[in-house]
Amino acid sequence: MYVAVKGGEKAIENAHAWLAEERRGDKDVAELSIAQIREQLSLAVNRVMAEGSLFDPDLAALAIKQARGDLIEAIFLIRAYRTTLPRFGYSNPVDTGEMTCDRRISATFKDAPGGQVLGPTFDYTHRLLDFKLAAEGEVAPAPEGQPRSGSTPHISGFLKAEDILQDEPASDAAPGDLTREPMEYPATRPLRLQSLTRGDEGFVLGMAYSTQRGYARNHAFVGELRIGKVAVEMEIPELGFAIEIGEVELTECETVNQFKGSKVEPPQFTRGYGLVFGQSERKSIAMALVDRALRWKELGEDNLGAPAQDEEFVLSHADNIQATGFLEHIKLPHYVDFQSELELVRKLRREAEDRISPKEAAE
Amino acid sequence: MSAYNFAYLDEQTKRMIRRAILKGLAVPGYQVPFASREMPMPYGWGTGGVQVSAATLTPDDTFKVIDQGADDTTNAVSIRKFFEKTAGVATTEETEMATVIQTRHRIPEAKLREDQILVYQVPIPEPLRFLEPRETETRKMHSLEEYGLMHVKLYEDISQHGAISTAYAYPVKVSGRYVMDPSPIPKFDNPKLEMEAIQLFGAGREQRIYAVPPHTRVVSLDFEDYPFEATKANHPCDLCGAEDSYLDEVIMDDAGNRMFVCSDTDYCRSRRKAGHQGRMATEGAA
Repeated sequence: MYVAVKGGEKAIENAHAWLAEERRGDKDVAELSIAQIREQLSLAVNRVMAEGSLFDPDLAALAIKQARGDLIEAIFLIRAYRTTLPRFGYSNPVDTGEMTCDRRISATFKDAPGGQVLGPTFDYTHRLLDFKLAAEGEVAPAPEGQPRSGSTPHISGFLKAEDILQDEPASDAAPGDLTREPMEYPATRPLRLQSLTRGDEGFVLGMAYSTQRGYARNHAFVGELRIGKVAVEMEIPELGFAIEIGEVELTECETVNQFKGSKVEPPQFTRGYGLVFGQSERKSIAMALVDRALRWKELGEDNLGAPAQDEEFVLSHADNIQATGFLEHIKLPHYVDFQSELELVRKLRREAEDRISPKEAAE
Repeated sequence: MSAYNFAYLDEQTKRMIRRAILKGLAVPGYQVPFASREMPMPYGWGTGGVQVSAATLTPDDTFKVIDQGADDTTNAVSIRKFFEKTAGVATTEETEMATVIQTRHRIPEAKLREDQILVYQVPIPEPLRFLEPRETETRKMHSLEEYGLMHVKLYEDISQHGAISTAYAYPVKVSGRYVMDPSPIPKFDNPKLEMEAIQLFGAGREQRIYAVPPHTRVVSLDFEDYPFEATKANHPCDLCGAEDSYLDEVIMDDAGNRMFVCSDTDYCRSRRKAGHQGRMATEGAA
């Protein structure tokens, strides 16, 4: 017999308790510390910082622990925390030319000032499971060289000097802030880049991949990819000058794209740009490709109707926190809507039957 | 929770939301873009409604949350607890006692008063969205009051099915100007959209707020020869006997026997308290 479903409150409490237990797992196994996650799962931490739009490795590690390793859930925790933080102001633009690079490669020139620095990359590893790690083997220290001092010039600068790379007009206009203003279309490039850098890595990767496979192909070379730390400076009104308030690790990718010229532009190379928190190489390359695809209009290219050219499509579906929330909300009760559909379908069926049955009677 | 401001959001954010609400009230049915914040609950789970409630609540308010008409559905419980924790406001399950009511998918059966505010959670605020996926296009259509596409859709429904096949989120025209999505309420609730209380609609993920001020004309779209019809299951409530309330259909056993009960749990409870009895009242009283 029907008893009104009460006790949602108790059920929620119990579910949370069970969840906490599952998160901890077998208590005979040592608990993970935040430091362990931060140090040993650093690429997961980087992704959470990038898509959470908050540079704080400790908080990201905590979020990963709390989310049981579900990175989108961890990103969500960071985003929700981030919105509660007061805004003190905006930093000056970071100068990536002054980056202390851990990694810096160019696919367009064999060598360039600053050199090719492989850095800690998976690129040339063979993807063979290393069973030694299962035995918790300690690693031998890596050989060290002398760090190079001075700045590392951007590869794009050399191309620009020759005037075969499209110039990006400098602007001192304050860029919009998509966390403070609602997104409106068409969006400016700064807003597009903001949306892409916090966009879901998988989504941005898929979009970029689609351009490579012919949906608005824009043949990209990785002009340069660099990873390292940059200083963050901020103007302090009371002081009247900028001071360094910290440093962040960034991955920057500039692609050099073929461009045959259009009605408005001569033949030259064009650029796509990716900039992401932490060591986030795949994401920054993908971001650069999608950025380039979205620039078809300003470059006077044809709209081929490809998904990656469609700004509203790309930007309004790139955010995994929005996407996951809306996707999963269909778990919530929809009794009322379903009931009204049920009645409608029954009514339409009755009417359809009425229309058919008199004919049958006549036969 | 003293680490957070009253009702979670900081005052600056609340001011921004209040400006959007006021603009919405000034232009009934118009979707006002607002810089929706990430809330500690997922998008699609009422973040728009929660932000509107947070910007609306004062410490003296009494807050009620319903989902599918019921106070005890899990997400309603979760949102009510959120405001108990972050705002410390009094909460109630009685429609009459509440000053702010946040709802998902229903309008309460009891008539709302001038001193009450009804806050709707809205998933897709754009009534034209499933006819035209692009925001740039739909905004243009609204500004030109170009709603032909919607009428064609309703007409095609009739030509194909003999009736308008929209059962919930049935589009309305507000104050003779904007076509508005009333959120996924059953069309049974549409006539109630003309009311004394303020109605605020919040769509968090889609970053839109809109509003219907008190005593505003709200017309469900239809045709002269196919007038709008508010429908419900053709039964009385099996617990309280109400014939005028929207009903949930509950499957009771393996044989597929059904019972029908008020979706508005407070309405049903208060009727039973007043002595009304439905077909299964004695058994259901347990």
